[in-house]
Amino acid sequence: MQKLPKWADVGLIPAINLALALIVSGLVVSLIGQDPFEALAIMVRGAVGSTYGWGYTLYYATNFVFTGLAVAIAFHAKLFNIGGEGQAQLGSLGVALVCLAVPWPHWTLALPSAIVGGALFGAAWAAIPGYLQAKRGSHIVITTIMFNFIASALLVYLLVGALKAPGMAPETVRFPEGARLPSAQEILAVVGIPFSRTPLNISFLVALIACWGVWLLLWRMRLGYEIRAFGHSEPAARYAGISPLRITMLTMLISGALAGLMGINAVMGEQERLLQDNVLGAGFVGIAVALMGRSHPVGVLLAAILFGALYQGGAELEFETSVPREMVVVIQALVILFTGALDGMVRGPLEKSFLRFRNKPKPGVPAE
Amino acid sequence: MSFFDIIQILDSTIRLATPLLLACLAGLFSERSGIVDIGLEGKMLVAAFFSAAVAALTGDVWLGMLAGIAASMVFALIHGVASITFRGDQLISGVAINFLAAGMTVLIAQDWFQQGSRTPALTGEARFDTLDLPFAEALSGVPFLGPLYADALSGHTILVYVGFLAVPATWWVLFRTRFGLRLRAVGENPGAVDTAGVSVNRLRYAAVLIAGLLCGLAGAYLATGLAAGFTKDMTAGRGFIALAALIFAKWRPWYALFACLLFGFLQALSNRYSTLDLGLIEIPNAFVLALPYILTVVILAGFVGRATPPRAGGEPYIKER
Repeated sequence: MQKLPKWADVGLIPAINLALALIVSGLVVSLIGQDPFEALAIMVRGAVGSTYGWGYTLYYATNFVFTGLAVAIAFHAKLFNIGGEGQAQLGSLGVALVCLAVPWPHWTLALPSAIVGGALFGAAWAAIPGYLQAKRGSHIVITTIMFNFIASALLVYLLVGALKAPGMAPETVRFPEGARLPSAQEILAVVGIPFSRTPLNISFLVALIACWGVWLLLWRMRLGYEIRAFGHSEPAARYAGISPLRITMLTMLISGALAGLMGINAVMGEQERLLQDNVLGAGFVGIAVALMGRSHPVGVLLAAILFGALYQGGAELEFETSVPREMVVVIQALVILFTGALDGMVRGPLEKSFLRFRNKPKPGVPAE
Repeated sequence: MSFFDIIQILDSTIRLATPLLLACLAGLFSERSGIVDIGLEGKMLVAAFFSAAVAALTGDVWLGMLAGIAASMVFALIHGVASITFRGDQLISGVAINFLAAGMTVLIAQDWFQQGSRTPALTGEARFDTLDLPFAEALSGVPFLGPLYADALSGHTILVYVGFLAVPATWWVLFRTRFGLRLRAVGENPGAVDTAGVSVNRLRYAAVLIAGLLCGLAGAYLATGLAAGFTKDMTAGRGFIALAALIFAKWRPWYALFACLLFGFLQALSNRYSTLDLGLIEIPNAFVLALPYILTVVILAGFVGRATPPRAGGEPYIKER
C-alpha cells in the first residue's frame, strides 16, 4: 500500500525539505551579521528582477538541466553517478575538439556536430565506470569520483600541451566565428523583444528537448521501462530477461552523454574556448537538482531553474553585501542534506500522520 | 637525482602522507562499521579552518587543534544522524557534508578575518613546532642511514608522529579489543551483532565519531603544520585520495600506511619535478598526480588483487521489518 498520496510525495515533502534548508540558510546568514530577509530580497531581485537576471538564471539552469538529467536517469537504475563533473569536462573537450576541427560556416551545422561530440566524449567517460560496475562489481560511486580527478588531470595535461593556444593562459584558441551560437538577445530581437546581453543562448532549447527526450525514454519506451524495472528490483528484472550488463551500460552511456552536453552551453555558448575548468561544480549541482526534482524531467527543470536563480542571486548578493557567493554552496549543501540524506526525518512523521488520518472512518460512511 | 634529493623527497613524502594517513584511518573506522564516508574531505576542510582560525585568534596551536577536532566531530555527528538515526543515503550525506564545509569555511573566514576567505598567516606559538627525534644530531654522521634518520624521519611536527602511531593503535583497537571485534562485525553482519544484544547504532556512532576525531587531526595538521594558515579549499582533494588509499589498502590499517606513503610519494614527486624524465620516456606531471586515482580504479576493477568492502557498508540497519 502506498503510504503517502502522490501529491504529498512529489509536492509536500520537497517543499518542506526546501523550507528547512532555507530556514537553516537564513540562520547562517544572520549568524554572519546580515539580515536574511534583505539577503533573500537581493537574491530574488538579482535573479528574476530583470531580463539581465533572467538571462543568467536560465543560462546557469541550462547547465544544471543537463547535469541534473544525467544524475536523474542513473538514479532510475539505482546507480549513483557522482561523476557528472568529469563527464561534463570530457564533454566540454569533445565540443571544443569539434568546434576547432573544422572552420564552421554556420552554427546550424556546428551545433549538431558539437552535440554529437560532447555526448560521445561524455558517454565514453561514463562507459568505463559503468562497465566496471556491471562486469567487475567495482562500486560506481568510487570509480566515478576517481574519474572526476582523472578527467581534470587530463584537461590540465592537454591545455598545457597539445591544445594550448599561444600565450600564457592554459586555454585553447577561440572557436571560429561560424561556431558561435546565437544568444537569447539576438533570437528575441528577431521577434522584437528587447533582452539584455547575457550568456543565455540556444542551448537552453536543447536542454528543454533533452528533458522531453528523457521523459519519453523513461515512460514511453521499452528501454526506459527496463531501466526503471532494473532500478526497482534487480533480481526481478533479471528474471524477466533484462540483462543487468546491458541496462547498466546503456544507462551510464546516456547519463554521461547528457552530462557531456553541458559543454555546448558552457564552452560553445559562453566561453567560446576550452578552459581548464568550464564545468565549475555544475556536475555536483546536478545531484542536488536530481534529488529535488525527484528524478523526473519536469522536476529537474524546475529545480534547475531554482538553482540557476540561486547562483545568479548569489552573485548579486556578493556584489551588494559582504556575503561571499559561497553562500550558494551552503544553500546547495543544505538542500542536498535535507532532501537527500535527511529525507526520512520529514517522511517518517508525515507518513504516520497521514496513516492516522486515513484510518479514521469517515463520518456517514460505515466502516468496513 | 642525488642522494640529497632522495632524502628531501622522502622528507616531503612523510609530510604529505600524514594528512592522507589520518583521514584514511578515519575512513577505515567508519567504513569498517558499515558507514560509508565520502565526507572525509569536508571534515578535514572544516577542521583545517577552525584550527587555523582559533590558533590565529588565541595564538595557541593546541586550542586550535581542539577547535578543529570539535568542528570535525560536529560534522561527523551530522553524518551519523542522517545515516544512522534517519537511515538516509550515506553517499548523499557525504556529498552534502563536503559542500557544507566548502561553503561554510569561506563564509566564516570572510566574516571573521575579512582577508578574502583565508586566515592570517600563523607564526610562532600558533603553529606546531618541529620535533627532533632522539640522537638525530649525533647519528647524522653515520653514512646513508644517518641523514635518512636525521633529515627525513626526524624534524617533523608532533602530528606526523601521532599519525604514524595511529596505525598500530588502529590495528590494536580493531583486531585485539572487544570493541574492535564488534565494530568489524557490525560492518559485516549488523543483524548478528544486534542478536547478541549489542547496540548497532551505538557502535556505529562511536565509529563515526572516531572518524571525526581523526579527520580533525588531519585538518589541524594541514593548516597548522604543513601550511601556515587556512586558504580556501586547501584540502584540494586529499579526502578523496585518502578514500582511494583506503580502497587500495583493502580496508586494513597496515596496508593503509603503505598506500598513503605511496600516494604521498607521488605528490612529493609531482611537487618537485614538472616532468619525470625516465630516460626513454617522459612522464608528465598531470599523470603523476592522477596516478593514485588510476591505481585505485585498477585495484577496484580487480585486475590486480581484489578489494572487497565491508559487506554491510552503505546500508542503513533496520531493526524490525
